[in-house]
Amino acid sequence: MSGRDLGRVSGYESWDAERAAGIIAGHAHREGATLPILHALQETFGYVDTAAVPLIAEALNLSRAEVHGCLTFYHDFRKEPAGRHTVKLCRAEACQAVGADALHEDVLRRYDVAWHGTTRDGQVTVEPVFCLGLCACGPAALVDGEPVGRLDLDTLADALTERAA
Amino acid sequence: MSIRFYLPKDAASLALGADRVARALTRAAAARGLDATLVRTGSRGMLWLEPMLEVETPEGRIAYGPVRPGDIESLLDAGLAEGGAHRLRIGRPEDQSYFARQQRLTFGRCGVIDPASVEDYRAHGGYRGLEAALAAGPAGTVEAVKASGLRGRGGAGFPTGIKWNTVMLAQAEQKYVVCNADEGDSGTFADRMLMEGDPLTLIEGMTIAAVAVGATRGYIYCRSEYPHAFAALEIAIAAAERAGYLGANVMGSGHAFHLEVRLGAGAYICGEETSLLESLEGKRGLVRAKPPIPALKGLFGQPTLVNNVLSFAAVPWIMEHGGPAYAAYGMGRSLGTLPIQLAGNVKRGGLIETAFGLTLREVIEDFGGGTASGRPLRAVQVGGPLGAYFPESLLDTPLDYEAFAAKKGLLGHGGIVVFDDTVDLARQARFAFEFCVAESCGKCTPCRIGAVRGLETIDKVLAGESPRENLALVTDLCEVMTDGSLCAMGGLTPVPVMSALTHFPEDFSGRGAKLPLAAE
Repeated sequence: MSGRDLGRVSGYESWDAERAAGIIAGHAHREGATLPILHALQETFGYVDTAAVPLIAEALNLSRAEVHGCLTFYHDFRKEPAGRHTVKLCRAEACQAVGADALHEDVLRRYDVAWHGTTRDGQVTVEPVFCLGLCACGPAALVDGEPVGRLDLDTLADALTERAA
Repeated sequence: MSIRFYLPKDAASLALGADRVARALTRAAAARGLDATLVRTGSRGMLWLEPMLEVETPEGRIAYGPVRPGDIESLLDAGLAEGGAHRLRIGRPEDQSYFARQQRLTFGRCGVIDPASVEDYRAHGGYRGLEAALAAGPAGTVEAVKASGLRGRGGAGFPTGIKWNTVMLAQAEQKYVVCNADEGDSGTFADRMLMEGDPLTLIEGMTIAAVAVGATRGYIYCRSEYPHAFAALEIAIAAAERAGYLGANVMGSGHAFHLEVRLGAGAYICGEETSLLESLEGKRGLVRAKPPIPALKGLFGQPTLVNNVLSFAAVPWIMEHGGPAYAAYGMGRSLGTLPIQLAGNVKRGGLIETAFGLTLREVIEDFGGGTASGRPLRAVQVGGPLGAYFPESLLDTPLDYEAFAAKKGLLGHGGIVVFDDTVDLARQARFAFEFCVAESCGKCTPCRIGAVRGLETIDKVLAGESPRENLALVTDLCEVMTDGSLCAMGGLTPVPVMSALTHFPEDFSGRGAKLPLAAE
């Protein structure tokens, strides 16, 4: 296991205020830096710890409420760590037209998880997403950021196995 | 001579296994001692043939598809390197009727070139538009865009030249050019394909715009659901900077233009231009009331030109060939070409760029080959989640902004989603409200509360609870949302709902005590 992985099995670093402050300082000079900062924190820690809110507010001269408002407005930002793998399932109409709704019920049942939830073994977090632009090869998903088309239970399991390898 | 293979790394192609095919090909070519180069391109848009592998031959590029990793050995045995016969052989992509019938002005290079290479881009006509714009000057460039008849391809269809003119005439120290690359509509993927397959066309279009309106800074706001497009843009921007097409002195013209790509964060509403600007400023994506229009008071309060990906990407062709040449395509007031995206339950889904005016039926039957399931088509949703559901009887509607509006639909971004006869339109209407609940920015009451009440009321209908009275309530609510919402999110959510009710009333009547799917 590499040093970067020591904190958590997922490969993300453990929350560290000093590290976070460094990341924030690296982006603070940018115009409208809030979103780039939140993305950078989530990329590093796997989520945005609420302890980051006052740090961002101070660095950008914003109120804590403004930063908190931003953190909670956007669907992407997580306030707690996700599982080792993230599966984003497309719930939009083009995927519905090829049976996504029924497939999603099966996925949630198979992995015994609810939307936004993580499997009991901490391996997989399942999130809904509205359109991945893979509308001509649905049902579609992003598995750890990699696109999968014509999804069914088997291709999803294969994609997860491939990611784990 | 080295053999040149071409294989897309377009996200749809990746979703169907392109990277595995690339690995298998590289491995097999090495094992056979072939001197081969593999160029990763965008997609030509015939998505049912992806992953589509092409090889350069004296007769042109010969395509094979859909290729699976296990096909590579037999392909090489069959003389893949010389375009040999094989059951997966398609021939020249340009000769396919799906492709040959198109008019590819904006997407001409997509799937052909290496998207990361400025050299390749130039070899295929790239940056001729910017050269023409620099020669024409700002006023001449704006005139050319006006003469082209180009209307915003983001959905509302506002005349692009008029917007450019407003920003050009505005007086300010700092002006911005912003690309709305938050294409969140279901059934649309043209922006994604262009950003992944030919990002320099977008970058060139934005540079032309910046020079024309006098902006020195620009942003592309790319949705986070498109991580591959985001990466492709970052690579292309860096390449354009290195080659002197972006930065302090664009092509030695003395114009400065600094371009940056920003990542959205999963909010559909940020595809609305004022929400997008708020988000770029680092705030929640709350819709702004208009006026003032962004052209006068946009990003950080400065004059800002906001256009969609396809609008900017149409401009290099217009500048190279002239406004009237572009205006020669199309019908009525819908001029030029529309990149149509055919998706959902359809046999041959993909990207089709043609002049406005084809009918829905021509697209679905001639290009699409009918439903993928083989069952009868029942409904078509055009224009994303805020677009109308059309029944079979409206399939002869031509793709034209005004013709769609006349049928109480919207063309939007040109996405067509096909449904077969298993679709339940009452459930689709329910989903329209559900989507609005999830994605409303919450600033105005009709949208924020209307969507929640709409969802509750449709659920009562689905449960068979006083359907007539509750549907009357839904209709009333839709009227309030249409008239009273601040932006298109609340204002257009009634479109899918009311179209479902109007054209498919049988799905709403006579419901038993059937419970809706537990969604969240």
